[in-house]
Amino acid sequence: MSSLIKSPKDFWTGVLYFGFGAIAFWIARDYAFGTASRMGAGYFPTVLSGLLMFFGVLALLRGVTQRGAPFGAFAWKPALIITASTLAFGLLLTRAGLIVSLIVLIFGSASASAKFRFEWRATLLALGLIAFCVLVFIKGLGLPMPLFGSWFGE
Amino acid sequence: MDASIFANLWLGLQTAGSFINLFYCLIGVFLGTAIGVLPGLGPVATIAMLLPITFGLPPVTSLIMLAGIFYGAQYGGSTTAILINLPGESSSIVTALDGHEMAKQGRAGKALATAAWASFFAGTVTTILIALFSPPLAEVALKFGPAEYFSLMVLGLVASVVLAHGSLMHALGMIVFGLLLGIVGTDVNSGVARYSFDLPELIDGINFVVVAMGVFGLGEIICNLETETERSLMVKKVSGLMLDRNDFKAIAAPVLRGTFLGSILGILPGGGAMLSSFAAYAFEKKVSKNAANFGKGAIEGVAAPEAANNAGAQASFIPMLTLGIPSNPVMALMIGAMIIQGIQPGPSVMVEQPALFWGLVASMWIGNVMLVILNLPLIGLWVKMVSVPYHLLFPAILVFCCIGVFSLSNASFDIYFMAIFGLAGYVFRKLECEPAPMLLGFILGPMMEEFLRRALLLSKGSAMVFVTRPISATMLVMAALVMVSVMLPALRKKREEVFVEDE
Repeated sequence: MSSLIKSPKDFWTGVLYFGFGAIAFWIARDYAFGTASRMGAGYFPTVLSGLLMFFGVLALLRGVTQRGAPFGAFAWKPALIITASTLAFGLLLTRAGLIVSLIVLIFGSASASAKFRFEWRATLLALGLIAFCVLVFIKGLGLPMPLFGSWFGE
Repeated sequence: MDASIFANLWLGLQTAGSFINLFYCLIGVFLGTAIGVLPGLGPVATIAMLLPITFGLPPVTSLIMLAGIFYGAQYGGSTTAILINLPGESSSIVTALDGHEMAKQGRAGKALATAAWASFFAGTVTTILIALFSPPLAEVALKFGPAEYFSLMVLGLVASVVLAHGSLMHALGMIVFGLLLGIVGTDVNSGVARYSFDLPELIDGINFVVVAMGVFGLGEIICNLETETERSLMVKKVSGLMLDRNDFKAIAAPVLRGTFLGSILGILPGGGAMLSSFAAYAFEKKVSKNAANFGKGAIEGVAAPEAANNAGAQASFIPMLTLGIPSNPVMALMIGAMIIQGIQPGPSVMVEQPALFWGLVASMWIGNVMLVILNLPLIGLWVKMVSVPYHLLFPAILVFCCIGVFSLSNASFDIYFMAIFGLAGYVFRKLECEPAPMLLGFILGPMMEEFLRRALLLSKGSAMVFVTRPISATMLVMAALVMVSVMLPALRKKREEVFVEDE
């Protein structure tokens, strides 16, 4: 398999483009296509997903014919930690409230860095940031974020 | 004609000069610089992060503030480039070449002052250019029908690809991908909810702030974490901010040339700050008497690209304001902000809302004045901000991104989407697919569909309308030429050379 893929970046881009294009094309079949003079809701999406599949095929072809740079290291750890802590923040915000979700977000994401360690200075900064957010966004701007969420009976 | 320009500028100055607008312009410039100075945050991420603040303001004020944020971020990026050789954005890369050398030699103050004055001069000239060229251009644009607009957008999108790194195909794919993302939501014509997966949150489409913050904010954080390196701050204290007569003599011509190049390249679709600064540096290196010192701390090597990047950044407002076409991701964000404010970008803005248009133009100049006044005395503060270690900084950036996105519609849903776009942004970068063209496509998607629909309706379904109407045909030919020129081996090599310099 890997001997087939000569340029991994092109190859996987092609897979991605073709995949997205195919899915978009498939879904767009449900929308009325219409005619050129009376474009339906499906006209533009169908054309676009066709184009995307076309670029995908081109990239795929290049991926198996031309030699290209290797993919390079993928920073799985930071990528997953950052994504996960952002998702967690969204999930916790209304349930556990701003303070808890900020603690999760700040310390969770910070652990993505190789330089992360618990120390009083960083912890103090994090607490300062939380205080700032509470004061500015809830007290000052009045954003509808609970301090303590539904889990705490608010 | 001339008299009306003065009348217009006067109207603009009155609008921009009102207390509230001045106040928000100042806040914008300050916040923009403060955030732009932070290492690893470019103007797009800065603007995306600060966008939600402006939504509650009246349209003029919010656009003025956004423009202020933009100049601030731009200037902040140069400061970072000079002080720690870590350009937050591509257009500061060349500034770092000589600027950081100057800082190493203890001339950081001079480099920063040069950047400030060069930007100020370029900003002033470009403001006048915008005032002069926008009305006639808008007049032409008012005659555009849907076919012309569609072709213009094709040209704009294709031209933006020229500036993308890596392969042309990847970039074209990203455009199409962006266009597809842009049409998620209810089709205005038929009321059908497209690609909404029965999620009520997707009925109105994906908010562009979510996309921009995810791809440019989160995606960049992950990228920066991948290559966590120690940044050395060369200068703990910056002094010697004054330029003497010899310095002014040395930078006068480079600033003029930089401004000239920048304002021309900035108007072109796909142009803007980055192309301008690269071109100006390369040009200056050829013509300067001091060419031998380039790369070793030549003051000319700071002056020319800084003037050019500011001129280019500001000149890219011309197509945005008169045609409603974004030539770079920053302008795409501005257009998105206008749409949120209920303003349909395009030539009619100038006619229907002269106070808004001219107020924005006048505020550009005011913003540039503020930059000079604000930045030179505050340099001590910026130096402190630059030296914040990244591992303490990025969780805070993340916090502001999350809260900012939440505030858009007070829904956690947007946060989830931002997280997904963040991961996607990182994957795209790893695949060498530039996210910038995607953002342009995303903003233009719905407009393009509408113009295509109207054009084909008028032509009774014949696609020939795009080639039989002269203006439309010209633009399509230009788009084709751009595409061919990128594929030509000779030019391709040159383009790679330009981008190699930033490694």
